[in-house]
Amino acid sequence: MSRTAASEHHGTPVWQGIPTTKFAMWLFLASEVMFFAGLIGAYIVLRGGAPEKWPVVSDVLNVPLVAGNTFILIVSSVTMVRAYAAIEDGNPQGMRRMLIATAALGAFFLSIQAVEWSALMNEGTAPATDLFGSVFFTLTGFHGLHVLGGVLTLVYVVFKAFRGAFTQASHGGVELMGLYWHFVDVVWIFLFTILYLI
Amino acid sequence: MTEHVVTRPRPNYMLVFVFLALLTAAEVGVAFTGLPKSMQVPLLIALAIAKATLVGMFYMHLRFEGRVLRFIAVGPLLLAIILSLPPLVDSIGHH
Repeated sequence: MSRTAASEHHGTPVWQGIPTTKFAMWLFLASEVMFFAGLIGAYIVLRGGAPEKWPVVSDVLNVPLVAGNTFILIVSSVTMVRAYAAIEDGNPQGMRRMLIATAALGAFFLSIQAVEWSALMNEGTAPATDLFGSVFFTLTGFHGLHVLGGVLTLVYVVFKAFRGAFTQASHGGVELMGLYWHFVDVVWIFLFTILYLI
Repeated sequence: MTEHVVTRPRPNYMLVFVFLALLTAAEVGVAFTGLPKSMQVPLLIALAIAKATLVGMFYMHLRFEGRVLRFIAVGPLLLAIILSLPPLVDSIGHH
């Protein structure tokens, strides 16, 4: 069966072969890339400007825990893309299962992050404590907000899925949800590297 | 407006996941080796870029999209690099 770029966004206007909703999502993601680029640029300037004020991150952060959490987010990307593949194949039940799994994994990621934040604050590292604290909590906080927004939207998409909103012929909304979710994963790939490993 | 029909093959999502998991393990391994920072940092960034590329190409299906969407996806990344490089070079130059 051939999958078409436009047919799955049934009824949506198309421009240059791209459904306008998909085009709009990519433009939104492009703006989000610039948003996080600004934050990461600030991190580079602040850390590079005062390297003596930056702790050895493995002494302060629980790298194994967050490495596991990174794995959780990657698995959620797999479940999200499998939800999309399921409805492409005309399997709405499989799509619903994978969407629920994605939302659950996203919520689990946030809960682990909350545990990490709580432990850090108990050990004396808070947003207002020092340079590292303010940078760390700002970057992970904004990413966490994006994950939270994604989880809440996923809940809405699951609700729509159970109401039969997505079919093999028309499932553009699932693709749009997937694009946002994978973007959130991509951002974390870079944040995990620069905050926890470098 | 007429629909433009494009045939898109399906990637092996689980194989991509295996690569992502291995790259993540490699990143953690690199971070805890005794390599000097001057080698660790470029290696870690390269591994992160590889993971992001896999997600973008195969999970976001950029591998199979047209030039317009690829430009929208890649363009801001280039701008982000341009935004980040001068402060990075500047901070290296001062230490």
